[in-house]
Amino acid sequence: MTEERTPLVEMRNVSISFGGIHAVDDASVDLFPGEVVALLGHNGAGKSTLIKILSGAYKRDNGDILINGDFADIHNPRDAKKYGIETIYQTLAVADNVDAAANLYLGRELRTPWGTLDDVAMEAKAREVMGRLNPNFQRFKEPVKALSGGQRQSVAIARAILFDARILIMDEPTAALGPQETAQVGELILQLKKEGIGIFLISHDIHDVFDLADRVFVMKNGRVVGHARTQDVTKDEVLGMIILGKCPPGAVPGPGAMQTA
Amino acid sequence: MADQSLATPAPAARASNVSALKRFFQATEIDTRLLGMVIALGIIWIGFDVLSNGLFLTSRNLWNLSVQAASVSVMATGMVLVIVTRNIDLSVGSILGFVGMIMAVLQARILPPIIGFEHPLMWVIALSAGIAVGTAIGAFHGAIIAFLGVPAFIVTLGGLLVWRGAAWMVTSGATVAPMDTTYRLMGGGADGSIGVTASWIVGIVACVLIVLSILNTRKQRRRFGFPLRPLWAEYFLVAFGCAAILGAVWVANSYYMPVNLAKKYAETHGIAWPEGGLQIGLGIAIPVLIAIGIAMFMAFITNRTRFGRYVFAIGGNPEAAELAGIKVKWVTVKMFALMGALCAVAAAISTARLNAATNAQGTLDELYTIAAAVIGGTSLAGGVGTIAGAMLGAVVMQSLNSGMVLLGLDTPLQSIVIGIVLVVAVWLDTVYRARAK
Repeated sequence: MTEERTPLVEMRNVSISFGGIHAVDDASVDLFPGEVVALLGHNGAGKSTLIKILSGAYKRDNGDILINGDFADIHNPRDAKKYGIETIYQTLAVADNVDAAANLYLGRELRTPWGTLDDVAMEAKAREVMGRLNPNFQRFKEPVKALSGGQRQSVAIARAILFDARILIMDEPTAALGPQETAQVGELILQLKKEGIGIFLISHDIHDVFDLADRVFVMKNGRVVGHARTQDVTKDEVLGMIILGKCPPGAVPGPGAMQTA
Repeated sequence: MADQSLATPAPAARASNVSALKRFFQATEIDTRLLGMVIALGIIWIGFDVLSNGLFLTSRNLWNLSVQAASVSVMATGMVLVIVTRNIDLSVGSILGFVGMIMAVLQARILPPIIGFEHPLMWVIALSAGIAVGTAIGAFHGAIIAFLGVPAFIVTLGGLLVWRGAAWMVTSGATVAPMDTTYRLMGGGADGSIGVTASWIVGIVACVLIVLSILNTRKQRRRFGFPLRPLWAEYFLVAFGCAAILGAVWVANSYYMPVNLAKKYAETHGIAWPEGGLQIGLGIAIPVLIAIGIAMFMAFITNRTRFGRYVFAIGGNPEAAELAGIKVKWVTVKMFALMGALCAVAAAISTARLNAATNAQGTLDELYTIAAAVIGGTSLAGGVGTIAGAMLGAVVMQSLNSGMVLLGLDTPLQSIVIGIVLVVAVWLDTVYRARAK
């Protein structure tokens, strides 16, 4: 079984609370190289919060994060990036008023030998990466504000792969997209997977991610209901986990599973 | 029938005209917003010239206008960055007053007993000390804003009161004068101008720089095989830029020394006083050169450095900037420190020009500075603004001021006009932006 290998990411017994509310309570998840893991749950189940701890946006109260089996020190987004963790946020965290190249390199700009920004080199690289992702994309000189939702999404994804992410977190990656763009993102995920990148997909809609994912983790009220390989469970069973917290026979129950019989 | 057949080509012709204009702007990559401001400024200038019977568009008035706009435009370049990050700085006028006082006291009271009056390094010490104090004050404001989370409006409103009071306390309200002779050059005047020959040299160097920068851009774009601007567009930009620069130099050089000063100059240089009087062109004033230098420096910072990129990214989406790993708090501190340093430069220009420092110096300058930045197209919603726009905005404000003075309008009426212009300018900008979407 896969458990023999060292996971790329392992979050052990992680908890965080905001003003007395346990947003994430004793949650453990893991992710292996080249694996797509879907993190499912209702709005407010704690999946986004859990993943923001991994990406450094929130500080955990308890628990450990292990990257390749070593304890990782993640206190802010910069730390997370050092471990190769890249995040594509639900809100499409791009700076609206600057162009695609500037967004791709935000925080890690290419510079000339004089220490000034090398805009031309950044634009060239941006054209290359965007050409791979979305060959129709031509609007490099315009502020990102002028782009469509799908184009903004491809900028956000390009940003992540540009820096050789090993762990990619995608928070509702297709929520803002049309069907064709959703299919594009799906293809892209499979391509990244082939390259050995571990991917966390976060969604509240099982249909978005079930076919893409190798395993699912289900969260409810801040706790992990359980996890399962997608080949061992049906969509309906996973829905039961999401809605009722009921663990089917093919899944490994977690601390949030409904206590029955 | 005949009418109809004649009328039909008209719309088509107009359409091709419009697209030609559009193509022109696309090819030259001229910012139409900035162009609109230049045109507005032109209208203001011609309007005042007509109303004042040709008093406005004289080299004398334009030269004075450029000197008067220098102090506010220096601060406006910094205010652009502050406003772009969705902050505001209400304390710049008071910082100017306080730092001006510090520099004046240093060179008029503290340093002379130590290094002697008119020491050649006096102005260097005074200016460096002023910039250090200004930077420290700005960084202090920035630290409170970034690390303690107090809104910039409140911190700098407090700063407005604190530093104005502090300026008074330095000398218990007494005016400090006179300034060091070399220091005074920063304020302009007949001495504080670089003369005809040097002005032409500066103009020509600027033209050469334009050509070099265009060549460099072409080289860079060719390096990666990007589309180049058409050659005619490049020639046009070079010709237009050089004409504007050399025209400005010509205007500055056509402002001659007033008769009294020219006589004194003739005496000291042993020139016989000719019949028709001596015509010595003043050339570009040093404060104007300082302001232009600062503007180039600030434009470089905003467009070519990480710091500038971060400032704009923070203004566009603070959350995204933070998530991208930008140290938003440090950028905020650095930006306010830079604003403080610019206040110190403005204070030097202002005190040197007045040849004195008063505790009321720079009062209301914060509002002129903010107005200049906003008229120049800086959006208070954050994320948008240019240095060139702010400089133009400062010139527009100063043009209105001195134009109304020339027309002999009462001060209260001047305030009313400027207030209305500010609101109308921002409204027009809002309309323009809504259309541009």
